[in-house]
Amino acid sequence: MALIAMKDVTIAFEGVVAVERVSFQVNPGDYLVIVGENGSGKSTLMRAMLGLVRPRGGSITYGDGLTRERIGYLPQQTAAQRDFPASVEEVVLSGCVNRMGRRFFYNRADRSKAEANMALLDVTRLKKKSYRTLSGGQQQRTLLARALCATDTLLLLDEPVTGLDPAAAAEFYDVIRSLNRKHGVAVVMVSHDLGGAMRDANRVLVMNRGMDFFGDVEEYRTGFAERTVEARG
Amino acid sequence: MLQKLFARPDESGETRHRRYKAVALWTLLALALIWTLFNLRAIGGAFAEFGTYLGYKFIQRALVVGALVSLCASLLGVTLVLKHYSMIGDGLSHVGFGSLTIAMALGFVTADSLPAFLPAGLRGGITALCKGIAANPMPFTLVVVVLCAFLLLRISERSRMRGDSAIALISTSALAAGVIVTSMTSGMNVDVYNYMFGSILAMSASDVYVSLALSAVVLVLFVLFYPRIFAVTFDEAFARATGVKAGAYNMLIALLTALTVVVGMRMMGTLLISSLIIFPALSSMRLFSRFKAVTVCAAIVSVVCFAVGMLLSCVYSLPTGAGIVAVNLFVFILFSAIGAVRA
Repeated sequence: MALIAMKDVTIAFEGVVAVERVSFQVNPGDYLVIVGENGSGKSTLMRAMLGLVRPRGGSITYGDGLTRERIGYLPQQTAAQRDFPASVEEVVLSGCVNRMGRRFFYNRADRSKAEANMALLDVTRLKKKSYRTLSGGQQQRTLLARALCATDTLLLLDEPVTGLDPAAAAEFYDVIRSLNRKHGVAVVMVSHDLGGAMRDANRVLVMNRGMDFFGDVEEYRTGFAERTVEARG
Repeated sequence: MLQKLFARPDESGETRHRRYKAVALWTLLALALIWTLFNLRAIGGAFAEFGTYLGYKFIQRALVVGALVSLCASLLGVTLVLKHYSMIGDGLSHVGFGSLTIAMALGFVTADSLPAFLPAGLRGGITALCKGIAANPMPFTLVVVVLCAFLLLRISERSRMRGDSAIALISTSALAAGVIVTSMTSGMNVDVYNYMFGSILAMSASDVYVSLALSAVVLVLFVLFYPRIFAVTFDEAFARATGVKAGAYNMLIALLTALTVVVGMRMMGTLLISSLIIFPALSSMRLFSRFKAVTVCAAIVSVVCFAVGMLLSCVYSLPTGAGIVAVNLFVFILFSAIGAVRA
C-alpha cells in the first residue's frame, strides 16, 4: 500500500491555479524527485502533502500506518532561523514534538531518539554548539536529524542543497542515499539540481503546474528527457 | 580570559586583536570597580534610603507588580523578538493609551449630549455605562487591547501590506485618537501624563492581585508548553507539519502579551512598556546562544533591571519607567561589549 496517494489534486491561491490535477503515489522505500521550473508548483505540492495548504480538489490519502503528523519535513531555511539562538540538541529534540501527544515535556525515549539521530547524522560532537555558528552543511544535517525524530518512514525535503557548496551538497546526497537504502526511509525531494538529485532517485515527477511526467528514472532518461530536448529543438 | 592580557611573541594578528578587546573590557571593569570603591558611601546611602522607602505601601505594591510584569514580559519577549513580532508589543501599548484616554473621556458623556431621537431610557443607560467605564477604565482597555492583539497578529501573519508598516499605522492612529480625545475633553492633565510616561503611584491593591494572577498564568503556560513554544518559534512550518497547532500558540502569546502590556503600562508608561518586552531578550541574546539559556537570562536580567531602576527612581526621584529603560539600555551595552570580546 502507498504511503501517500495523491489523486487529481488541484491547488489554487486567490483564483490562480498553482497545481492542477496531479496524481501520483509514494511507496515505502521510494526515492522520488520532484523537478520543474520556478513557479511550477513543486513546493506548493509538497506543502499540500504536509497538510499546510488545503487542496481545492482531489484527495490525499495517507496509508501504511503513516499519518500526516508523522512525516519528516526539511523546510527551506528562513533568514530568521540562521541567526536563532538554539543549540543543536535543542533543535533536534524539537522534532519529537509530534510524539508527545498529551505530554508536556520530552521523556527519556524522546531524548534517546534525538541522541541516536544526532549520531546517525554525525552532529553529536556539535550537540552543545549554537545552531547559528554552524556551516550550511552542518545546519542541514541538524535539520535532517530533527526531521528523522519526527518520522522513520517518509522524509520530505524542500530544495535541500540550495545554498550549499558543491562538496557539502555531494555529502548531503550521500547521507540521503544511505538513509534511503540502509534505513528504508522513503524520500521525496523537491529540487532544482536535476543531475545531483536524479543520481540516486528511482522515481521522477516533472511539474509544470500540471504533471508533465511521472515514472521511473530509467523511463525518464530514455523517453521523456529526449522528447523534451527534441521539442525544444 | 585573563591570560589573553599577556602578549606572546609569536601571536598572530587575530589573537592580538582579541587581546586588545580583552584589555579594553578589563580596563572598563577596573574603572567601574574603582569608581564603586570611591563612592561606597553614596551607594550605601542610596540603599539605606531605598530601605526606608520599602516601608511605604505604594512602593511595595509597585515592586510586586513591576517585578512580576517584568518577568512575564521578558519570557514573552524572547519569543516575540525571535519571531520578529516585537512591533506587536509596541503597537499594543499605543492602542492601550488610546483606549484608556477614550475610556476616561467617556465620563464627559451626558444624557443631553446624545442624539435627541433616542428614547430617554436608552440615553440614560448609555450615560450610566459611559460613567461606569470612565470610573474604572481597565476592563474596557483590556478588551480593546486583546482584540487589537489578535488583529495585529493576523496582520503580521498574512497581510499583503508589510506587517511592520501596518502595525505602525494602527499604533500611531490609536495614539493620535487618544491625544485628540484628550484635548477635546479633559486636556493634557497629570493623569494623561502619567499614562504616557508611567507613575509609581498608580498601582492599586487590585493591580497586585491581577498581576499575581497574570504572572502565574504566564509562568505556568510558558513552562508547560516550553517544548512546543520552542518548536513554533524556531520553525513554524515544521511545527505545523508535525501537527502542532501553531496558530493557537501565536494567539496565546498575543493574548498574554496584551495582558502584560495592560497591567504594566500604568507603571512603566504606555510609551515605554514595550522596552520591558524587547530589551531583556536582546541583551541576553548578546551573551547566550542556547534558547534555554537566553530565556532564563532574560528573566533574570529583566527583574534585576527593574529592581535597580526602581531604586534609582526612588532615590534620585527619576520617572520610574524611564529609569528602568535606562538601566536596561546600560545592561544591553554591557552585554554587547562582553559578547564582542568573547566572539
